[in-house]
Amino acid sequence: MTTRIVELRRGILKKNDELAAGLRSRFTSAGVLVLNLVSSPGTGKTAFLERTLRELRAKGARVAALVGDLETDNDARRLAASGAPVRQINTHGICHLDAEMIDKHLGAWEGVTLPTLDYLFIENVGNLVCPSSYDLGEKIRVALLSVTEGEDKPLKYPTLFNSADAAVITKMDIAEPCGFDRELALKNINEIRPGIRVFETSAKTGAGMDAWLAYLAAERAARIV
Amino acid sequence: MHELSIAASIVDAVTETVSRYPGARVKEVRLRVGALASVIEDSLQFCWGISVEGTPLEGSMLVVNTLPVVVHCAVCGKQGELASLQSFRCPHCGELASDLQQGRELEIDSIEIDEVEEAV
Repeated sequence: MTTRIVELRRGILKKNDELAAGLRSRFTSAGVLVLNLVSSPGTGKTAFLERTLRELRAKGARVAALVGDLETDNDARRLAASGAPVRQINTHGICHLDAEMIDKHLGAWEGVTLPTLDYLFIENVGNLVCPSSYDLGEKIRVALLSVTEGEDKPLKYPTLFNSADAAVITKMDIAEPCGFDRELALKNINEIRPGIRVFETSAKTGAGMDAWLAYLAAERAARIV
Repeated sequence: MHELSIAASIVDAVTETVSRYPGARVKEVRLRVGALASVIEDSLQFCWGISVEGTPLEGSMLVVNTLPVVVHCAVCGKQGELASLQSFRCPHCGELASDLQQGRELEIDSIEIDEVEEAV
């Protein structure tokens, strides 16, 4: 017996990262801006996305959504009310989406091909920990936080908020009765991800949606076209 | 919560490497894990025993080398370790710092194996 040290120096999620890089270049060459929406369960990702899909469609944009949940297709049915093509991904217990799931579902999605889209939204499984490790090939990772969750959420989950490209505060219509401290929430987000764009929105009243849609259009123009 | 799938990915990668050394057993697997990698060492260690069963890694030790978050400060130009994950500020001048130099690593660094001597 001889003992030997073998250097590996490789990423543990190398397989996922390689698949994600492949997806990213496919998205770019197809001209579709892809966003990965991440938050706790109950933040209002689905309501926010439904409104986003509806308003983008009203502007003539071609949009679609992949939605991840452990079980049920309830979210897909809610999102389909926007008129956009929506496909449910059930992970059956897995706490995050990965690049392989995205690849597989894109391939099996009848009637939807990347070049026919302007925007593709991926609603991740409600979880503020695991999705941060898995690149899905998205251009923009969006971390969402609702006014009912506590202003210190970014401090409690720095790994996720630090990996985000944009942050969205949801349910602003009930900020006041919830005693939401807006200044503190903004300060905490900025403390974890200095300089990040933050959108204060309400899917119910439509507040903040104009700024959000303008951001999407600008990002698409800057990064894709 | 995703430590079981992380453990499975490590076992797959190491098994692939070890197949180049017929009959070898893995004694130790050394990881480099950044403080922002969302991996809890206790959970990973807990999953390790289950994941290595029946593989050339059975009985091996998992050694996790945790790396602190290092930022580069655009204001003072220095580099340093964050004092806390709750505040991304330069440890030298206190300004907010978004340029991450280290902290997201999730890598297999090296493995230690016992090789079988070839019969002459």
